[in-house]
Amino acid sequence: MPKTTSSVPDARPEQKRLPASRRSRKTWLTAVLFIAPAFLAYAAFVLVPLCMSLYYSFLRWDGIGQARFHGLTNYITVLTDPDLLQIIGNAFQLVLYFTVIPVGLGLAVASAIRGQMNGRFGMATRTILFLPQVIPLVAAGIAWSWMFASTGLINQALKSVGLSSWVKGWLGDFVWALPAVGVICAWVLLGLCTMLLVTGITKIDASLYEAARLDGARPWHEFRYITLPGLRQEIGVCITVTVIAALASFDIVYISTQGGPGITTTVPGLEIYRLAFAHRQVGLASALAIVLMVLVLLSIAPVQWFTRDKK
Amino acid sequence: MNSSSANTLIARGLIVLLMVITLLPFLSMLSAALAPQGSYPNGLQWPSDPQWSNFARAFEVAKMDQLLFSSMLIVLGVVPISVLVATMGGYGLAKLTSDKYKWLYLVFVFGLTLPFEAVITPLYYEVRAMGLLNTRFAIILPLIGLYMPFGVYWMRAHFLNVPQDLSEAAQIDGATRWTEFWHVQVPLARPAIMSLTILLFLWTWNQFLLPVVLVQDPMQRTMAGALGAFQGQWGTDIPLLCAGSLLILTPTVVLFLIFQRQFVAALMQGAVKG
Repeated sequence: MPKTTSSVPDARPEQKRLPASRRSRKTWLTAVLFIAPAFLAYAAFVLVPLCMSLYYSFLRWDGIGQARFHGLTNYITVLTDPDLLQIIGNAFQLVLYFTVIPVGLGLAVASAIRGQMNGRFGMATRTILFLPQVIPLVAAGIAWSWMFASTGLINQALKSVGLSSWVKGWLGDFVWALPAVGVICAWVLLGLCTMLLVTGITKIDASLYEAARLDGARPWHEFRYITLPGLRQEIGVCITVTVIAALASFDIVYISTQGGPGITTTVPGLEIYRLAFAHRQVGLASALAIVLMVLVLLSIAPVQWFTRDKK
Repeated sequence: MNSSSANTLIARGLIVLLMVITLLPFLSMLSAALAPQGSYPNGLQWPSDPQWSNFARAFEVAKMDQLLFSSMLIVLGVVPISVLVATMGGYGLAKLTSDKYKWLYLVFVFGLTLPFEAVITPLYYEVRAMGLLNTRFAIILPLIGLYMPFGVYWMRAHFLNVPQDLSEAAQIDGATRWTEFWHVQVPLARPAIMSLTILLFLWTWNQFLLPVVLVQDPMQRTMAGALGAFQGQWGTDIPLLCAGSLLILTPTVVLFLIFQRQFVAALMQGAVKG
């Protein structure tokens, strides 16, 4: 790192008498030296590639030969091709599993235990619920592929309660593969959301609940008028994190189903990878990448707006 | 009194249920990993004759020693530099720039929601043009750039909370910005830096997309990337696959158990700010 900056004498007492313009130029130079390394790394490996993505998305290019200008054709394909639309739809269907299950269950647990997470029990809970956050998603994918396998635990459990007709290879089933993938993702995010909400609820003033109880409030009313508004920020965080994870999912799908059967579990992330590196349609892959980025931004913006509001 | 103790019971029950759901996949993998080699085990069934040797075999087949070494090199290449550069950037944005340069901060923040998939195709061509394809640098360099939005955002948030008097005091003592940064700001920022280090370590160790696209040889990848290749090769041998997966996820779990207080704090704050 540029140690040379230390030789820039900056704002010593006697220099307070320097003309303002020279002083501010010096501050500006120091700021640049501090920020430049981060900005250069960010520009080289995020901003430049992003511009290249945008550029590629207007091309018809196989990645090797001559590229030809293709106008908006790639974008029209992304937004009209039934397969690609289904793939984008899959991602939004996954949002249901990524977001609704962890946040819903998390809220249920949080409002039930409300601040009883101390001591050894709380410690054990935290440790166990965070495990899925620590392991690679790939490992979660493998673990659950095994759970859903034809001789796996899910089928074993179904058989033991006499539901043998339900036994199937879940991840190879045209109807059940996507929900099964959704369950994996819900499992990964459940602990994080629960812990965030449990921690959030301890910050709500306990006297609010006492006052509500004195006024004869039902548990549902407590939840609706105290817990939900009090957790507004934490819920916003959970939704933001899980929606991004759902729309940008790749690892778990790649490992557990490879997008199959058919394209029933293919998500945009996987399709970008496949289009660009297997089908050599770099232009179309880039258009899909840009659309994915815009979709993430569009989905996050209202959540941020709702949860920041009033705070 | 009665209803509140009933509530407590329900709450405990829910939590225990959640913990069981969280642990079941691990247990199921463990029971399968101990089944005799090449057999088709059942979901959760303690084998009559647990084959602990499966772990030794998986260690050998997966070349775990080389994998650990490779992952460690990648982490060492990514994390210290990212943390240092992000800390400097965060300090610069929080303390050295006026509101006129807010846009620069917003440029960084824009990257927070960016899916890695949005840049992976051009990254491939960029890395190839640099001649780094199939080397560990193909993972290290892009990751440093991709971590900047979060790192800078995280450290700036910390430095904004440091009172201005502090740097004024240092200035009056005649410290340059650089010495102030190292002797006053960095020591005070230690908790924030610690959390950032933990998060970046986890994200690097578990990174999957970049190794899969940019590095063919599993021995040059991260643990997670190598696990993908391992599944491709041994996907049908369930005991071996489960043993290998458990081995590969052990290092982070062990570190997590040792530093669990810091990990939990980092993951929670990381989510809140990210």
